Amino acid sequence: MIWNPNKECMSREQMRELQGKRLQKLVQYVYHNVPFYRNKMQEMNVSPEDIVTIDDIVKLPFTTKQDLRDNYPYGLQAAPASEIVRVHASSGTTGNPTIVGYTRKDLAVWSEVMTRCLTAFGVTRDDTFSVSYGYGLFTGGLGAHYGVENLGATVIPASTGNTEKHIRLIRDLNITGIACTPSYALYLAETLDKMGIDKSEIGLRVGAFGAEPWTENMRKEIESRLGLKGYNIYGLSEIMGPGVSYECQEQNGSHINEDHFYPEIINPDTLEQLPYGEQGELVFTTLTKEGMPLLRYRTKDLCTLMDGECPCGRTSVRMGRIVGRSDDMLIIRGINVFPSQVESVILEMPEFEPQYMLVVDRVNNLDTIQVQVEVRKDFFSDDIGSMLAMKKRLSDKLKSVLSIAADVRLMEPGSIERAQGKGKHVIDKRKLQ
Amino acid sequence: MIIRQLSIFLENRTGRINEVARILAENGINMQAFSMAETADFGLLRLIVPDVDKAVEVLRAADIAVMVTDVLCVNSPNVPGALSAVLEKLAANGIFIEYMYAFSDGDSANVIIRPNNIEEAVRILS
Ligand SMILES: [Zn+2]
Repeated sequence: MIWNPNKECMSREQMRELQGKRLQKLVQYVYHNVPFYRNKMQEMNVSPEDIVTIDDIVKLPFTTKQDLRDNYPYGLQAAPASEIVRVHASSGTTGNPTIVGYTRKDLAVWSEVMTRCLTAFGVTRDDTFSVSYGYGLFTGGLGAHYGVENLGATVIPASTGNTEKHIRLIRDLNITGIACTPSYALYLAETLDKMGIDKSEIGLRVGAFGAEPWTENMRKEIESRLGLKGYNIYGLSEIMGPGVSYECQEQNGSHINEDHFYPEIINPDTLEQLPYGEQGELVFTTLTKEGMPLLRYRTKDLCTLMDGECPCGRTSVRMGRIVGRSDDMLIIRGINVFPSQVESVILEMPEFEPQYMLVVDRVNNLDTIQVQVEVRKDFFSDDIGSMLAMKKRLSDKLKSVLSIAADVRLMEPGSIERAQGKGKHVIDKRKLQ
Repeated sequence: MIIRQLSIFLENRTGRINEVARILAENGINMQAFSMAETADFGLLRLIVPDVDKAVEVLRAADIAVMVTDVLCVNSPNVPGALSAVLEKLAANGIFIEYMYAFSDGDSANVIIRPNNIEEAVRILS
């Protein structure tokens, strides 16, 4: 099923024309409403009149995560505050989260693109659908929620946590679809086993999985253990949230909602635009956004773009799997974690040496993060209680900064390997093959 | 009497405790008594040695996190009931024991006690 064939199956010429018009309008809008972009364009000697077709996008400046941080909280917002009806935030590296404001129209677009995704997954108004992304500042929960409502299915806002209760609801309410991270889906499968409930006792048939990288093997495992078909959904909060792209029944790449989010692949070193089929950094321009529109936002995600017809009938460009990151960001249980966030917490606490190591793993299909820190000689104590209190102080601070729990290991001074030059602070044991 | 005890922080790394024992042995330092307190991810090794200063020096040289803690060493006859009399006396005077361990050298038993108030505990027992 296709929710909006007018847009999803538009001819390529019509789509390019629409994108060109929208880009023109967008550039006028940000030029006059966002000093950051006006200054950048003036420095580059580009005026809004220089943008005529979508191909002119290469004349425009890039936007980076650092730009969002530098303009914290509302510096890149284009719409007046009175037009903003919701704000989401995602974690940043320096303690400043990224703040994204949405206008009423932005939320309507978001619901629309989410509904396209769900429809492509085969969800209909007859489904009962559990949204098991976290609700809150994170875009996952509410983003998926309004898509399900817009589609007309029944939404169960389960959020995360209390997995056993959730499984009872899945069984008792005959929940047929679920949106969550792939690692949470595997955790659900395990809990199901633990509770002694067979997959035949539950009616899940569709899973919308995203917010963290996953593999074909994980898909197979989730599908066989939960008895459903799993689809990839991609998004990022800076651009919108979940719903930027989605798999169709062909599952050969994810269709991008390119009437709203214009994709490019660039060489992350030269910043040159690359042709379809070449691997590079994914860049998005929000063609229709009002609250915080972004020009050529560098996602840091590495992948390829594919054009050409898809047997499903959609004509939109597809993106391949994310094969890596062009920086050191870690995605843990769908949450962005930067080593520098951990560093800033440790540097603030006199009890610890400025040495640390993050060990990331996937245990029982759930991402785990361990933070190893060295206790300074003067802060050792013969009292176990005070050592445990020290550990808890650090755990609590990390939890509030990272939004996820980290397992803190207190180490002896000198026991963490010193890196030469730029410190290597991450050991990622997750195998994404 | 108050004696000095070594408290050594150990991450639960295999072989770390052997390393402590080896360093002490190589330097001719005898371990008279020890106790190991463990949590899920780290341990505290508490040691009684004859030459505290030398032990601290050689362990620190090997980057081992060692600190010195004052504890009470109570010598009592190695007969049933001797220890409980000591403990009752402390409890009756409101002294709380953080940890304790014992070692015997034949006729008498030595009990290492870490009370919450060491001076007060000495006064009560003397
Ligand atoms: Zn398709």
